[in-house]
Amino acid sequence: MFFDFFKKRKKTSANQAKERLQIILAHERATNKAPFLNDMRKDIIKVISKYVDIDPKTINVSLQKDNSVEVLEINIPIK
Amino acid sequence: MSGKVLTITSGKGGVGKSTSSANIALGLALSGKKVVTIDLDIGLRNLDMILGLENRIVYDVVNIVEKVCKLNQALIKDKRTDNMFLIAAAQTRDKSAVSAQQITNLTNDLKKDFDYIILDSPAGIESGFKNAMTPADEVIIITTPEISAVRDADRVIGILEANTKKDVSLIINRINPRLVKKGDMMSKDDVLQVLSIPLIGVVPEDDNIVSYTNIGEPSILHKESDSGLAYKNIVKRILGEDISFMEITEEKKGFLQSIINFFKE
Repeated sequence: MFFDFFKKRKKTSANQAKERLQIILAHERATNKAPFLNDMRKDIIKVISKYVDIDPKTINVSLQKDNSVEVLEINIPIK
Repeated sequence: MSGKVLTITSGKGGVGKSTSSANIALGLALSGKKVVTIDLDIGLRNLDMILGLENRIVYDVVNIVEKVCKLNQALIKDKRTDNMFLIAAAQTRDKSAVSAQQITNLTNDLKKDFDYIILDSPAGIESGFKNAMTPADEVIIITTPEISAVRDADRVIGILEANTKKDVSLIINRINPRLVKKGDMMSKDDVLQVLSIPLIGVVPEDDNIVSYTNIGEPSILHKESDSGLAYKNIVKRILGEDISFMEITEEKKGFLQSIINFFKE
């Protein structure tokens, strides 16, 4: 479009604020809700790897709210 | 009568908690409700000056819980309406002077005589905040479209969720339409996407607020005030009316200016 020439296409500071907030808050919400999550993840890795060969990087521990039920989800792909 | 306890809080300081408390309290009173407002910012009393009632204080909230005076003696009647009373914060004490249980007992007493008990919470998430949260039936969180205020508001929302306070809504204060248009300030929708709790009001930035506070007359008392209009709408929503959110736009400009703006964007 001809008029688009006059419109600067830039990432506004408001957009950056929103993105930065969305990232930091996702992280903070998880750790505030379940501060034990990280320690628990380490313990799980320790126990499982005693018996099965796993890659610690692929393990995903998350706490999710599904309607009124809180679900602790642990995904452990086995090599 | 069984009144409702409405707590105004924010996490971050300086975003307009006391200004909002004053306006909402007066608005509800002017709509015919019996209202009492308690300043819980003990040691940093301010709501009295915003309301222009600082010369009438004899007793304060700490005097009530310590039974130095009767409840009635600490109720300061507003100058403009017979429907609103203030209970001032103590100025020579700190937040530990009262407990959440004492404030809950106090609000339970007040519920018999008032439709609304507005609790003006101190900033932060420490004991003063907990005193204001424990008795709350409804909570209004104030934020501005700035990252620190929004982040702190999210923290408060998390704490309220953990304590299963369900009736929580948001006021976005000091929206500056010129900055939003330029992309230099998060819009109402940006903030809502980040926080995702129900909106109960959007208040435009209003240069006059400073002078209204200077003279102890909240903006809701000023017919010409934009922020006053926003607070009137908030009061109507609190009372259950379905009022659409006002589009906050810049003041009208001439034809030439709109062409200039078009090319500036």
